[in-house]
Amino acid sequence: MSYVAIKGGKAAIDGAAAAAEFLRGHDDSGEPLKLSAIESQLRLLTSRVVSEGGLYHPRLAALAIKQFQGDTLEAAFALRAYRSTKPRLLATPVQDSTNMRCIRRISAAFKDIPGGQMIGPSYDYALRLLRLDLADENPEAFRSIGKTFLAELSEADLPDSFPKVLDALRAEGLLPPVTEGRGEPFDITREPLVFPVPRSAALATMARAETGSLLAMAYSNMRGYGDVHPTVAELRVGYIPVMVPHPVTGEPMEAGEVLVTECEVVAMYESGKAGSLPTFTLGYGACFGHNEVKVISMAILDRALQKGMQEGPVNPSEDPEFVLLHVDGVDSMGFASHYKMPHYVTFQSDMDRLRTTQGKARDADQAPQMEVKA
Amino acid sequence: MNIHYELPLEEAGYSFGFLDEYAKKEVRRTILKAICIPGYQTPYASREMPMGRGFGTGGLQLTLALIGPDDTLKVIDQGSDDSVNAVNLRQFVQLTCPGVEVTEKLEEATLIQSRHRIPEVALTEAQVLVLQVPYPDPLVVVEPSEARRKIMHAEADYSRLLVKLYEDIVHFDEITISHRYPTRINRHYVIDPSPIPRWDVPKLDQSPALILLGAGREKKIYAVPPYTVAEPLVFDDVPFRVEDFRDEHGQRRACARCGAIDSFLDEYSDDKNAKIYQCSDSAYCDGQLAQHQQQEVKA
Repeated sequence: MSYVAIKGGKAAIDGAAAAAEFLRGHDDSGEPLKLSAIESQLRLLTSRVVSEGGLYHPRLAALAIKQFQGDTLEAAFALRAYRSTKPRLLATPVQDSTNMRCIRRISAAFKDIPGGQMIGPSYDYALRLLRLDLADENPEAFRSIGKTFLAELSEADLPDSFPKVLDALRAEGLLPPVTEGRGEPFDITREPLVFPVPRSAALATMARAETGSLLAMAYSNMRGYGDVHPTVAELRVGYIPVMVPHPVTGEPMEAGEVLVTECEVVAMYESGKAGSLPTFTLGYGACFGHNEVKVISMAILDRALQKGMQEGPVNPSEDPEFVLLHVDGVDSMGFASHYKMPHYVTFQSDMDRLRTTQGKARDADQAPQMEVKA
Repeated sequence: MNIHYELPLEEAGYSFGFLDEYAKKEVRRTILKAICIPGYQTPYASREMPMGRGFGTGGLQLTLALIGPDDTLKVIDQGSDDSVNAVNLRQFVQLTCPGVEVTEKLEEATLIQSRHRIPEVALTEAQVLVLQVPYPDPLVVVEPSEARRKIMHAEADYSRLLVKLYEDIVHFDEITISHRYPTRINRHYVIDPSPIPRWDVPKLDQSPALILLGAGREKKIYAVPPYTVAEPLVFDDVPFRVEDFRDEHGQRRACARCGAIDSFLDEYSDDKNAKIYQCSDSAYCDGQLAQHQQQEVKA
């Protein structure tokens, strides 16, 4: 009788890696991708990976994109695994996004806003017609793009910080006042989510969630499985100076800056606490990099989850456990992939149960009909 | 973007055990709590590992938090040391834990990480078994909400699980749970013993070795401490049954390779579509084969 060889795992793994590497190098141009090209020309891809990876390191994100041949889930995953090797040395105090050096900020609530609308880099109103001239781009023309743009820009047009739209609404009493002293934010990288969780845990989870997953959950709310009815009070993209306390003096000092997208939505009003007037409610979204769809989705879900936390969830997007445990790309893609691994033992066990059950059903069919005696 | 920034091309390498020391300390503290409350799913801040969630990241974090240069590690998947995932995990530990010995021989190992199997040969007090867990909670089949399951566990309320077993008997005249068989630990918490077959469940009871279970994606660690009662959930009049390896004549099938008739068997089809049965535990199979060869030499 023949039997099956029980060796060969290592050779199989090495071979799989070599085949994948072959496809990475299989390019007629013979030019390996430069990390700077990925970081700059594929900046939105890099943004997605830093955001979902939960690590602000665009150059390493570019490396991960190159290494995993453009798979955003894998690239974000590699950044997360890298992050696991690093101790947490410091927690930054709450950062103030009023200080953001905006490259874009818009409001859908008001025609004009203090500081003005700044549409900035956006494809929102671009015609989605393929630009065939990019297929074979002249390198010189490519290099002149930046020069031409900057030459036509006056110093005064360069990005600056702007007041927040919400502050005006708040001053008018249309929004609840900011409550101070909400305590330390929940660190999802150091504490597991045990429900119920505070809002800061929900926000942190969504900030590094997989964009598509977040969008799908938020879209269900937009379409009718929920009733947030959001208005984008402000969406801004720009660089926030990261302030950390000086190790000796304790004075805040700038340690660097991070590209962040932030969205604040105003939602239907609710009755205030006893004795106060009804006010609009808020949803907040923010993440690393330039990811507008993600932060809008996050802001809507933040509002939906607050409702669910207060009144009990009526729709899936209002259920903190349902939303927060199903939006992480590293978790969900890992588990989906794991079904490709060998499951011989469990399947053997499944067959045993089915065969036994079938056998019993067959015996029951074939058993002679018993006469029922009175 | 800082245009002057350059990636450090010579990364200083990873620290022993890949995880930073704070992370390992947290895992070890969670293990202690899990041992103190047998069968309780202790939450912890599971870290992302460089292999997929679902590929054993929970087990791996346990292994990396426990392992020291004096340890000898055995890694198996589906009972085999040379299964792709076992090779992958073992290579990773070798890469990040210099000085650690690895082995395929069960008796040499101080730490055994496994997916889906408990070795055929009984473990000893000197060994720790780490099992990889995809679903830590046996109640998930009857209650999707984790918050509600937590209350049910605290109250030792497993009535809905027993009803599920009862309904199985009504529908099929058999309990249909094949693997991940709910098992009560120390007469309180019911655990999902990881996707081990029913064949392996009795090995949990009064095990001399500490058994740790790690669910990385679900961020839980739980334990069956040494010499603890572990009872599969059954009814007084419906006994617990392991997988049946008898052929149509009621004869116990033997391993095609070593001839063992006391091991869990994998079933394959050869090129002519004939069924082959072979030990799932490859080290056990090798051991049996070596014994036969020795006996032949002597004879």
